[in-house]
Amino acid sequence: MILPLRIEELTFVAGGRTLIDRVSLELEAGPSTIILGANGAGKSVLMRLMHGLLAPTSGRVLWNAEGARRCQAMVFQRPVMLRRSALANVAYGLKVSGSPQAERMAMDALEEVGLTHVARHPARVLSGGEQQRLALARAWALHPEVLFLDEPTANLDPGATREIETVIKAFDAAGTKIIMSTHSLGQARRLGDEVIFLHQGRVAERAPVERFFPQPASPEAAAFVKGELPWA
Amino acid sequence: MLDGILSDPRLWHIVGLSLAVSLSAVAIATVLGMPLGAAIAVGRFPGRQAVIVILNALMGLPPVVVGLFIYLLLSRAGPLGSLGLLFTPPAMVIAQTVLVLPIIAALARQSVEDAWREYEEQLRSLGVHGWRGALTVLWDIRFSLVTAVLAGLGRASAEVGAVMIVGGNIDGVTRVMTTTIALETSKGDLPLALGLGLVLIAIVLALNAAADLVKQAAQRRYG
Repeated sequence: MILPLRIEELTFVAGGRTLIDRVSLELEAGPSTIILGANGAGKSVLMRLMHGLLAPTSGRVLWNAEGARRCQAMVFQRPVMLRRSALANVAYGLKVSGSPQAERMAMDALEEVGLTHVARHPARVLSGGEQQRLALARAWALHPEVLFLDEPTANLDPGATREIETVIKAFDAAGTKIIMSTHSLGQARRLGDEVIFLHQGRVAERAPVERFFPQPASPEAAAFVKGELPWA
Repeated sequence: MLDGILSDPRLWHIVGLSLAVSLSAVAIATVLGMPLGAAIAVGRFPGRQAVIVILNALMGLPPVVVGLFIYLLLSRAGPLGSLGLLFTPPAMVIAQTVLVLPIIAALARQSVEDAWREYEEQLRSLGVHGWRGALTVLWDIRFSLVTAVLAGLGRASAEVGAVMIVGGNIDGVTRVMTTTIALETSKGDLPLALGLGLVLIAIVLALNAAADLVKQAAQRRYG
């Protein structure tokens, strides 16, 4: 078990701007965590720091066990697909991690997200929604303990968004810890158990979903919820 | 008169040798230069920026200087003289490889570096590092790299100085299209020189057209 994840006094400065400002958190296995906040609040940067794609300026990211790198996966806002078949894209991740029977496991993952019918199609000619589901399959095939999702539906239409959310719910139900950023309140409600609300690189509030939306405690979160609700 | 020239078997020997030398040089330079360029693109090491500047500068190596350098290496008194390669087609392949390698490596370096910006986070997230990342990106952008190979081929097929020096322009042995054109022009046989020039241009055009067709078809297929 690589969870719980503890981050201590995490700070990230780029180009003279403090994007993450002394954030301390502990994330346990179980509840799916939604990182909420306006554009530029630091959601993506915080997830990249946790996932190890960025090195913090100061502070620490502490996983509970060694080899945490292999037990996590990340799905990005814009999926990056290799110029090969959908199946080969999923198998690539498995081969890198040294799995035998990569092809068969990749096929299982495609089935999980409902893409077996395009397994042999070149990944880059799939639709945006299909590519994002493929990205989920690629992450899922690795059976991560923790799955980071960086605004996975930001570029998708409502239909594709629904499909992605269904897949995320299935991963959550299977016991994968979901850590997802979004600026959509509706999505946060549908998928989240708890909300971490970021404002200008700091955690303004952390609360269970059922309390966060009706009664946000911090003024920043209250303003965000009030301002966003009509479109949620 | 052009008909008479085109039916001359010696001409086709010259054309064949030109193609064999230049295509061999481009093939070797591709196999060596692509991974080299990709490694520089993806790697982070001290002096990297200096290496890039030098590699880019080497694209402009004067063929006669490369020819002279290889000549000194291969000449009887030179360090590789015992191989007996001077004034043979392999010597010409070596010289052209040296000319073409920086072009292919430098253009591949730029292409891979541009693509790496798009791929880096995803690949690092999957746990891909070092050589594996470089080769993954190289393979993924293989169709855009056709342009780098064509630039190398253009250099090799047009070049006269290096093959003249290390090949010696020996009739029937190391005489290629460009050295023949230079020779015939200086002898005053302008129709032969001109005819060969047209053949050379037609071959280069045909190779480029073929490469473009492959590239277009592949890009439609893979997106």
